[in-house]
Amino acid sequence: MAVSVDVQNLSKNYGDVEALKEISFSVKKGELFGFIGPDGAGKTTLFRILATLLLADSGTATVEGFDVVKDYRKIRKIIGYMPGRFSLYQDLSVEENLTFFATIFGTTIEENYNLVKEIYSQIEPFKTRKAGKLSGGMKQKLALSCALIHKPEVLFLDEPTTGVDAVSRQEFWEMLKRLKAQGISIIVSTPYMDEAGLCDRVALIQDGSIMQISTPEKVVESYPLELYTVDSADIYRLLHDLKKLPGAASVFAFGQSAHLSFQKGKLSREGVLDYLSKTGHKEVQVKPVKPNIEDCFMELMQKG
Amino acid sequence: MRTILYIIQKEFIQVFRNKRMLPIIFVLPIVQLLILVNAATFEMKRINVAVVDLDLSGSSRQLTSKFQGSPFYRIISAPFSYNEAEALMQKGDVDMILQIPYGFEKDLVKESRTQVQLIVNAINGASAGLINAYSTNIILDFNREILIDWLNPGKLGGIRRIMTESRYWYNPKLNYTTYMVPGILVLLVTIVALLLSGMNIVREKEIGTIEQINVTPIRKIEFIAGKLIPFWIIAMFELAFGLVIGKLLFNIPIEGSLWLIFLSAAVYLFVILGFGLLISTMTNTQQQSMLVSFFFMVVFILMSGLFTAIESMPPWAQTADLVNPLAYFIKIMRMVMLKGSSFADISQLFYALVIYAVLIISLAIWRYRKVA
Repeated sequence: MAVSVDVQNLSKNYGDVEALKEISFSVKKGELFGFIGPDGAGKTTLFRILATLLLADSGTATVEGFDVVKDYRKIRKIIGYMPGRFSLYQDLSVEENLTFFATIFGTTIEENYNLVKEIYSQIEPFKTRKAGKLSGGMKQKLALSCALIHKPEVLFLDEPTTGVDAVSRQEFWEMLKRLKAQGISIIVSTPYMDEAGLCDRVALIQDGSIMQISTPEKVVESYPLELYTVDSADIYRLLHDLKKLPGAASVFAFGQSAHLSFQKGKLSREGVLDYLSKTGHKEVQVKPVKPNIEDCFMELMQKG
Repeated sequence: MRTILYIIQKEFIQVFRNKRMLPIIFVLPIVQLLILVNAATFEMKRINVAVVDLDLSGSSRQLTSKFQGSPFYRIISAPFSYNEAEALMQKGDVDMILQIPYGFEKDLVKESRTQVQLIVNAINGASAGLINAYSTNIILDFNREILIDWLNPGKLGGIRRIMTESRYWYNPKLNYTTYMVPGILVLLVTIVALLLSGMNIVREKEIGTIEQINVTPIRKIEFIAGKLIPFWIIAMFELAFGLVIGKLLFNIPIEGSLWLIFLSAAVYLFVILGFGLLISTMTNTQQQSMLVSFFFMVVFILMSGLFTAIESMPPWAQTADLVNPLAYFIKIMRMVMLKGSSFADISQLFYALVIYAVLIISLAIWRYRKVA
């Protein structure tokens, strides 16, 4: 399959801070590729370099075969970029914003209406409302419409669902899937682990390095440890005591319970139960659980 | 081209939608014009005087009445001791004390020479100088009259004197308003143009829209043109508006051609907008931009020749004024409006502005980068 975005050994420093450390990856055409990582991992820096807004210190990157430094003009015509911060004109109406971006890309709303129709039709009833007065979810829809209005081949979405409610987030991912079906390559970043499962492939990124690139299923499969969810009446003390349990690889809070992992054979369910009753915990439950992306991420982070 | 037009349209929509910006653009200039023109004056009127007349003779009264007769002086007190008068000056009630010593008339008659004392509050050196000059003139006048009276009692016509009569060119009535309005008009358009352009691009940086603009294929030059032209139009409108107010309210003369005024303004505004743009590209927040603009504005205004003549500044300051766009334009405005100068008269100043505009806009475009 043809390559849409290709990055080789890309580095970027801000003074002493290494934002990106020699990262390499490639995204296929029509792929929905996710960058998963905490704040400060380097996601925005990477997106800005790919969107030709920032120059890398070393390494190369191409978008649809165009170099991000030499052919930046060509890239700007074929990409849609949605920065993490809402960056449309708050004092212009929904329609004025869309018209503005259509115009500076040399097109009109009518020309590409079918592309944005599905998204834009949801906010069209409010088209005379100022963008600043929209709700978070509607703002995202407008921003996506503006990023799509010139029919881009590649979409860069930097944390598009941050600060958006659960329903709108789900709708948003539905829309991304439909856009993907139209052959648009989409590169999206998110700090939400649960969204990773919705991507074709994900890259786990931390401190400027990519720790793993794989399909969400493979990421989970490659989880090397045994994982249990542990409940107790006193969750705070539980976390505290589990950390002292010899043989535990990692312990962290997961919702209302604790996730405990250890290497196969080092510990057993019975051993944990035994240890907890000795330390005086009540209502203890220990159940094996299938790891999700977040568990994998935590595991990788510890290794790093 | 369509892109530029659309950006211009967008800027206008935004300006007219900004409820706080509109008054700045349209009300502020009128208020400034009305206040500054009436208040910023160097004319000395109503100088409060305390006269300490210790002689109480005919001559001393004659001198006092000469001061009283002048429109500039107001004798508000006639204490009998110097200490009382000084107390008044300490309080700030009087600007000048005229002390006529005991024996003023006697000395005048017997010795042909006598003394009076003038004490002037010189906290403001410029006005003290003026008060001193006016007063000296009155005393000299008094002196001359006495001379004529005593030398030729009864046959005044017998003396031949050279009469000098001054006429003031270009501003025959020495009307201060006439002198100030052209300069203040320049001030107005400068403030509006510099603040608006200085805050505009930086505003896009602040709210993050510049990111979205930068990833579009729009050209630097298109973007900047789309940004400058709306403010250029607003500032030109402002100048026209100011001229109308100046004509209607202050009846200022417009001797030269209006076309020439607007032609010079057109070029001058590009200098100022370029300046604002340059500030905009070098700052990150509207606050920074405001402060930097303010700094330049204060220096430019104080050195522009609006209040104090450039010719009386030290040589280094006059050299520094070569880069002060306000100085050029104020001079042009005064020449064209008051003297009726033609293009040939102002051509040197005009071309200087053209060169300035080209330089500063090139610099601003070069500084504005779409890539960090």
